[in-house]
Amino acid sequence: MANAVKDVKITEEMPDCMLQDLHVRFLSTYEEKFKCEYEMTEYLRMSGIYWSATALDLLNAADQLDQDKIVQFVRTCQTSEGGFSPAPRHDPSILYTLSAIQILCMYDRLEAIDLDAAVAYITKAQNDDGSFKGDKWDEIDTRFSFCAVAALALVGRLEAINIDKCVEFIMSCMNFDGGFGCRPGSETHSGQIYCCLGVLSILGKLYLVDGDLLGWWLCERQLPSGGLNGRPEKYPDVCYSWWVLSSLAILGKLHWIDKESLVRFILASQDNESGGIADRPGDCVDPFHTLFGICGLSLLGEGKLKDVNPVFCMPQHVIDRLNLTVELLPS
Amino acid sequence: MSDDERGYVLYRCRPEWSDINPIPQEEGPTSVVQIAYSEKFKDVYDYFRAILAKGEKSERALELTARAISFNPANYTVWQFRREILRALDKDVAEEMKYLSMIITEQQKNYQVWHHRRALIEGSKDASQELKFTSKIINHDQKNYHAWQHRQWVIKEFNQWENELEYVDRLLTIDLRNNSAWNQRYFVIKHTTGFTDEVLNNEIEYTMNKIDKAFHNESAWNYLRGILQDRGLNWSEHVKTRVDLWRNENIKSSQFLAFVLSMIEEELKTGDCENVEEKICEAEELCEQLCKVDTVRRKYWSFVVQRLQKHLQ
Repeated sequence: MANAVKDVKITEEMPDCMLQDLHVRFLSTYEEKFKCEYEMTEYLRMSGIYWSATALDLLNAADQLDQDKIVQFVRTCQTSEGGFSPAPRHDPSILYTLSAIQILCMYDRLEAIDLDAAVAYITKAQNDDGSFKGDKWDEIDTRFSFCAVAALALVGRLEAINIDKCVEFIMSCMNFDGGFGCRPGSETHSGQIYCCLGVLSILGKLYLVDGDLLGWWLCERQLPSGGLNGRPEKYPDVCYSWWVLSSLAILGKLHWIDKESLVRFILASQDNESGGIADRPGDCVDPFHTLFGICGLSLLGEGKLKDVNPVFCMPQHVIDRLNLTVELLPS
Repeated sequence: MSDDERGYVLYRCRPEWSDINPIPQEEGPTSVVQIAYSEKFKDVYDYFRAILAKGEKSERALELTARAISFNPANYTVWQFRREILRALDKDVAEEMKYLSMIITEQQKNYQVWHHRRALIEGSKDASQELKFTSKIINHDQKNYHAWQHRQWVIKEFNQWENELEYVDRLLTIDLRNNSAWNQRYFVIKHTTGFTDEVLNNEIEYTMNKIDKAFHNESAWNYLRGILQDRGLNWSEHVKTRVDLWRNENIKSSQFLAFVLSMIEEELKTGDCENVEEKICEAEELCEQLCKVDTVRRKYWSFVVQRLQKHLQ
């Protein structure tokens, strides 16, 4: 049977240095230059703003966005249920509740919203088995557990949920390979691993995972091109530069990755005309992959970037200002 | 429903919609100028916002949600409102499933469509088509995470375990590196027979036969390690015999070498070997080999050498 590894080839023509200024321009003019994509992604606008705002801060260009206007926008997205919608006239979701809180924490403007109502929305989202629903239609996913715990940690209100049950549900999603999926039984996936480790890190329960086994599964994500995939036999994608890398950072195993080839992969995925970073070299760029590519480079100490916190995916100086600590296993 | 239909009329030009005042998208916080984008998209969503604000749950509203979905199937607010309309109008679930199946076939990796499907089945309690439907999707994309998750939910909720192992086996015959299928194998056995000694021995043989066909197979090796984790990698004589055979054949696969290394490390940990120094030497040699055949992970293999040396101390 063929032994071909699913991977991409990095060639000399691809960008190989950090195009910092271009990324700043890409992110700060996204709405204008990519009008169609911007309009069509209204249903995730809050997260889109968080991606751009975080990336620009890490790029030392936070002043490129109008903070007051953004704070005002976030305020208008708080619904009567306390949670946040991605944009006005959309239903609230725990995903956008986290993004809203992350944005306001970055701008130090938490007083702009009804915090008690937001906390109550999150409390209500927890089910008896410890899991969290994303919205009133009961979809369950370990992503939502992360959203709940991260949001509450940022505002200092973790006591609003049942922590033991939350951890119990997370651990019920642990698989035979040491990784985690969306729900119990679901296939291990790098994104879900990040979410589950994030929860356990915030709650100080990392002793529950097998760090060596999971660390090895994670470093197996690295392909010959240097890029990381999300699960076995898949192509590499820049966003896994974040989810795999931050997971390894939490487990104290960041040094297990071949840094040079990963940096090469991320840099090759930049667009040297418009700026921005794509999922892999040659593809279309977007703010989502731009953020995670930049976060990956920051974790690896590349470029003139601010430090990123591996659990919250926010600038470390913001986490320091909030006096938050997370558990990171020693390397 | 394609928006390239001939004779497509914008909602703002339809007399039967003249009672509605469309609501335009609010300016985003990073907005500098308003430039016209797709006119049809804007028209549909301006009318959707109006219907949503009004809370109108009618046939025309239902049709409008279908149109909105055709433009943007990831907009979950549209799906949620569609569910409310379906409930209010007490619509036939079978009809909706037909429509949904068509959408999923076009938009297979979208959270909202799968969640909608589950919501419908939770209401109707009819999961009779689901294994067939998810097979069709998986046939097209063997690793579709949403399809597999939905399938797991159906099997567990409606007790449809009987033919699943056979299904997994068929998929692994097509592609023995299908990680989702290996995961499903574990899921089925865990929830049915459990990993008794007899089942475990069968699974070991099954997995090693697959490995024999292709040594570079992360999923099969992870599965083998996973099913042995309670009893230990050195528990089965069959495993030891096969591993020795492959060593003699000089198999160079990094995953195989890593497995051999793990077996030695386990022996050292349990104190199950007399010639400790010899074993450590053997393990270090394997690490050296691995640094050469699996260069991207050379730092990990160096870590393993350090771990072995700690054992010596």
